[in-house]
Amino acid sequence: MLEIKNLHARIVDDGTEIIRGLNLTVKAGEVAAIMGPNGSGKSTLSYILAGREDYEVTEGDILYNGHSILEMDPAERATSGIFLAFQYPMEIPGVATMEFLKVAMNEQRKARGEDPLKIPEFLKRVKEAAASLSMDMAMLKRPLNVGFSGGEKKRAEILQMKLLEPKLCVLDETDSGLDIDALKIVSDGVNALRAPDRAFLVITHYQRLLEHIVPDSVHVLYKGQVIKSGDKSLALDLEANGYAGVIGEAA
Amino acid sequence: MNMHTQPQRTPAETALIDAFGDRLSLLPGDGAVMLKRDDAIEAIKHGLPTRRIESWHYTDLRRLLNVVPDFDPSAVAKAVAPIVEGSAVLPILNGKSDAKTPAVDGVTVQRLSEKLTDGSIAPGLDPYGSDDAIGALNTAFVADGYFVDIADGTELDKPLELQNLQAGGQTHVRLPVRVGAGAKAVIVERQTGEGAALVSSVSQLVLGEGAEVTWLIVQEQPETATYLAQFKADIGKNAKLTLFVMNAGGKLVRQEIMIRTTGEGGDFKLRGINLLAGDTHTDVTMVLDHAVPHTTSTEVIRNVVTGKARGVFQGRINVHQYAQKTNAKMACNTLLLSDDGEFSTKPELEIFADDVVCGHGATVTEIDHDHLFYLMARGVDEKSARGLLVKAFVAEVIEELDDEVIVEALEAKLDEWFVTHG
Repeated sequence: MLEIKNLHARIVDDGTEIIRGLNLTVKAGEVAAIMGPNGSGKSTLSYILAGREDYEVTEGDILYNGHSILEMDPAERATSGIFLAFQYPMEIPGVATMEFLKVAMNEQRKARGEDPLKIPEFLKRVKEAAASLSMDMAMLKRPLNVGFSGGEKKRAEILQMKLLEPKLCVLDETDSGLDIDALKIVSDGVNALRAPDRAFLVITHYQRLLEHIVPDSVHVLYKGQVIKSGDKSLALDLEANGYAGVIGEAA
Repeated sequence: MNMHTQPQRTPAETALIDAFGDRLSLLPGDGAVMLKRDDAIEAIKHGLPTRRIESWHYTDLRRLLNVVPDFDPSAVAKAVAPIVEGSAVLPILNGKSDAKTPAVDGVTVQRLSEKLTDGSIAPGLDPYGSDDAIGALNTAFVADGYFVDIADGTELDKPLELQNLQAGGQTHVRLPVRVGAGAKAVIVERQTGEGAALVSSVSQLVLGEGAEVTWLIVQEQPETATYLAQFKADIGKNAKLTLFVMNAGGKLVRQEIMIRTTGEGGDFKLRGINLLAGDTHTDVTMVLDHAVPHTTSTEVIRNVVTGKARGVFQGRINVHQYAQKTNAKMACNTLLLSDDGEFSTKPELEIFADDVVCGHGATVTEIDHDHLFYLMARGVDEKSARGLLVKAFVAEVIEELDDEVIVEALEAKLDEWFVTHG
């Protein structure tokens, strides 16, 4: 589903290279965990997949279902099925959450050649999704993410993911800022979406999240490259011994 | 007004002075009113204000208003539906009030032409300070309008909508409104039309003790019209006034706002939205006098500038020497969406009391790229995402109004503008 080949990318503003020859393949149905120390390029990778303009790909390619996405803008990537759950979801005052959800869902449907959702059906879907994440509908009457706690923002991201039904889900440190109960709710939400035709890229610092969302593969990112890949036992190994050993091996 | 003698009159100045001579016999007014008119036209004879006059620095009226249309008594203005369904509507069509107005309990309505004829309105025609060009223009030519009195204790359950509808030519109207003690009302002032008109309009509001008024000015003149307006208010003891101004049209627009707190506990809120497009000039100028102790005010102005539009906000807050415990905050935020657009902001605080809290802030920004990225990352195409964000920027001010019916009506107006200008 996702093939990243010898990817090099830098920050447009100052030319700093962050991704330096990254290779990664994720198959449909797979949950791939990306781990790595601070500054290894994890969040940058998520932004590059989503098409953020602050980063420029200088070499290599990203293939999604066999086609390069490098020329697609963020909206085109999203409607083709790529979803990024943000580490820090933005607060957007003045944009009503419900209105935004409706517009976003209908953009997805338009891309798939489907008619816009009728209001009752839209409301039903939002209510069901909110209930499954223990979210109060009153929250969704507020402007987008405004006044949400850190945990509420993360739930709202997963709510959007549920409603938009993407094929490639990139979760950028979805566990940060969550207490144990919220972590469980959010993880259950993600697990419910696991499907043979859907892949996940789960970016995290800690093994903790991977106890709830059990990965099929684990990849260690360091200085913009995948330096080691393995199965879920690799995450346990990192938790016990830290990154130093793995980094030493690679050097 | 301008004490310099202008070397040569502009076509507009000449036309106004000539029109006054032609129309004098048609203008209603007793001796006192006619004296005020004479004084006013004298002021105009000294010349329209230029950028050398401080309060007109960003709006050089003499240069911008070079020609004026003739009066057109045969023009027919079209009635419009009120923004809130079920409102009591007081229409002024092509400058003329209606003899028949809706009956609302506790509300007395008189045609202003009658109040001019009997002279009872004469004291209200005095100019505001020495550079009051709009006041002078209006006083010279005002022929009609409505005088509205809302009795003490009256609580209106539906808005009262004053409609000033032009159809070209010139119209000069006045809308004095007295709101009695403890009365509550929502008053909508519509300023619109279809012609390349010159419109002057002066609203004068007096709020009695404990009165609460939300006054909405919805200005949607065509891009051919010149609109020069004043809104003056005295806010009595414990009275509350929320003034919402929406400018969404006009070629040359100046909306002046003069507010005085006259009783302790008075509160003033100004919320303004300027939606600027095309090759137009829009100026909102406020002078707020905190004249007594323990009064509060907040002013929030949001501007969206597209095309070659130019905008101005001048906000002056005077805190008088004995007006201790004043609390005033002012903010003016602009979203600049084109390279050719511009917006000038001039906040001024003049504080003579020593125990007050006053502040102001102004920002000019472009669309937030992080916000744009977030919306696009959810599949919203760039144009729609930008539209959502621009609308959000101004909708925030509307949503604060806290009255669902009004919020909906104003958001509908906002949508109309975005459909035509998005």
